[in-house]
Amino acid sequence: MAQPKPNKVFAPWDDPDAKPIIQFKNVTKRFGDFTAIDNLTLDIYPQEFFALLGPSGCGKTTLMRMLGGFETPTEGTILLDGVDIGPVPPNERPVNMMFQSYALFPHLSVWDNIAFGLKRSNMPKDQIGERVERMLKLTQLGKFAKRKPHQISGGQRQRVALARSLAKAPKLLLLDEPLGALDKKLRNETQFELMDIQETTGTTFVIVTHDQEEAMTVASRVAVMVDGNLAQVATPDQIYEAPSSTYVADFIGDVNIIEGVVDLPDAEVPDGAVSIRWSPTEAPIIAMMDTALPTASACHFAIRPEKVSISTEKPEAKNVMSGKILDIAYLGNISTYHVEVAPGLIIKAQATNVRRLSRRNLTWDDHVYLSWTDTAGVVLTE
Amino acid sequence: MKLRRSFLIAVPYTWLLIFFLVPFGIVLKISFSDIALAIPPYTPTLKDGFWQMLSGLDLENYAFIGAGAVFALFAVVVISIAMFQIVYPRVRRALIPDARYGVFDSAAAALTTLAVALVNVALIVAVLGLLFPALKAFVDIPDFLYFAAYLSSLKIAIISTFLTLLIGYPIAYAMARAAEHWRPTLLMLVILPFWTSFLIRVYAWIGILSTEGYLNQFLLGVGIIGEPLAILNTPIAVYIGIVYTYLPFMVLPIYAALDKMDDSLVEAAEDLGCTALSAFWLVTAPLSKPGVIAGCFLVFIPTLGEFVIPSLLGGSNTVMIGKVLWEEFFNNRDWPVASAVAVILLLILIIPIVLFQRNQQEADQ
Repeated sequence: MAQPKPNKVFAPWDDPDAKPIIQFKNVTKRFGDFTAIDNLTLDIYPQEFFALLGPSGCGKTTLMRMLGGFETPTEGTILLDGVDIGPVPPNERPVNMMFQSYALFPHLSVWDNIAFGLKRSNMPKDQIGERVERMLKLTQLGKFAKRKPHQISGGQRQRVALARSLAKAPKLLLLDEPLGALDKKLRNETQFELMDIQETTGTTFVIVTHDQEEAMTVASRVAVMVDGNLAQVATPDQIYEAPSSTYVADFIGDVNIIEGVVDLPDAEVPDGAVSIRWSPTEAPIIAMMDTALPTASACHFAIRPEKVSISTEKPEAKNVMSGKILDIAYLGNISTYHVEVAPGLIIKAQATNVRRLSRRNLTWDDHVYLSWTDTAGVVLTE
Repeated sequence: MKLRRSFLIAVPYTWLLIFFLVPFGIVLKISFSDIALAIPPYTPTLKDGFWQMLSGLDLENYAFIGAGAVFALFAVVVISIAMFQIVYPRVRRALIPDARYGVFDSAAAALTTLAVALVNVALIVAVLGLLFPALKAFVDIPDFLYFAAYLSSLKIAIISTFLTLLIGYPIAYAMARAAEHWRPTLLMLVILPFWTSFLIRVYAWIGILSTEGYLNQFLLGVGIIGEPLAILNTPIAVYIGIVYTYLPFMVLPIYAALDKMDDSLVEAAEDLGCTALSAFWLVTAPLSKPGVIAGCFLVFIPTLGEFVIPSLLGGSNTVMIGKVLWEEFFNNRDWPVASAVAVILLLILIIPIVLFQRNQQEADQ
């Protein structure tokens, strides 16, 4: 798993000398009896594209609104560049927000919407024009400068909102579900646009989303939130490949989770691996693990469907299971096979459709073998 | 299908039109007749046939109340406004070539335009006066009472609309900002006074405002004043009565406009560097403008012809055209002159009503 990384990768969170731009220190936020954020500590570094991901009601929007200044923490402090921003009102923070509803001013033209923040700053008038033109060019809105928000499309409105929040060159840009109102194709294009703009401007972005694909695509780091807590904060690949809990594994993407107990160490198990007994009759699962687990402790084995290979003949692998195909989901480029390996236990395996559908040799009720290596999955204790 | 729809629409509108046009026609007819000691108290005009009436048409009732002067004043105001609307954008462009201007630049341009428009109108009036000397007779006012009553009604209507806006806006704003579950109750409280008769509520104000009334008793008891204030039978009482009565008509449209507004707009304005006050002026105020205009017209139009409030709360020196109309009809029994007053009042009201309609259409778009 630990492959050597290329040089000069952007990873300030691994650098002990890096200075975070945002620090949440034991922040708690309560609304009456309801605790939205529970004793949360988090560092966000300059130029990061940081995603807050979680189901609705997990507190991610509250966290963002505290950064924007629209909510104040009940306990704890939030530092921006080392300065406590608790008492600073929203209009004095070097932070701008792109609202979920875009919140474009309907009575102002696109040009005036973008210039709105600049006019409130002490920027000289002639520079405002230049800055607005730059923003229009960056977001490719030049043709629409004179239109009112209701005269442009949803995608254009989204870009106006982005241009408006970027116009003041904030230290930190907050994006609250920025692409929620766009259709899937436009959303994919816009995600790459967002990443380009983030790279061009070098602004720190914090994005709130419930769409895990979006978070994985755009973010340098993802924080998975659950019930006001951080379940895991890591890079998208770590979140995906090495989730810290079954919750994170299940929340991000598709996963097979097999419950079991750690078996007695025996000769067949290599060093640094555990064998997990998940059924009294079948062979245990062998998986590599960094830390040793005590014998007979309960654990979960999680493996992504694309890391499970499916074949009609018994392969040579560390882990092999046999079963019957219950269902096939055909997605065009890939197919997902639902294979029942034991009564009640269904494992999903994904295979690329290298052949056309008519030439596929697997079909319903076929007896197949599933296999994976000892490093393909992870063992989770939470 | 289309026929059925037009029929459905036609029925109520025909009904409304008939009951507007028939009384108006009767009033118009009476306004052309002469006063007589008879029942009804005017000379019949239609007895010799319609053409006979037209040929012998006399406008002496209109001349008597100074309708010509009212018309002339109105024409001047309308031409001034039209001129202002034509000239203002050009002046602004000429004075401020840059697209980005401030409030003071706009105010300067507006003042310049106003001066230009007034000078132009004065020139037009002077030229017309020179060319047609007969116009002098047209604007002659034999009895100043009616002209003064129109002007005083206009003044009272404008001031009380402004006062109602001043009080109504904060109420509507507070209602729109109140917690979601409180709003139906607050809305109910605004509508609640309509459950009692309007007349009784105005009478109640007599009890409050009179020299021995509750207000004076309270102020005397607290010791703020040494002797009772004379509020009843003064213009102040009329303003209090009008503002009280028409407040819901101001609050409801403004509340509707504010309620529709997305809360995140104000947050966005603050996020972009506005203080709470400037966010209000730059975002909330412009977005509630359609509601404010609708409310102003809903107060202004009925106030202009108001009769009950000035006659109950106002003194003899509060002259409003509605009261004059009533006295002309019932005290003087001069139906022809009273009808002429009513017709002119209606014509004056058409202008704000048309403006109101245009505002509603713009708001719908």
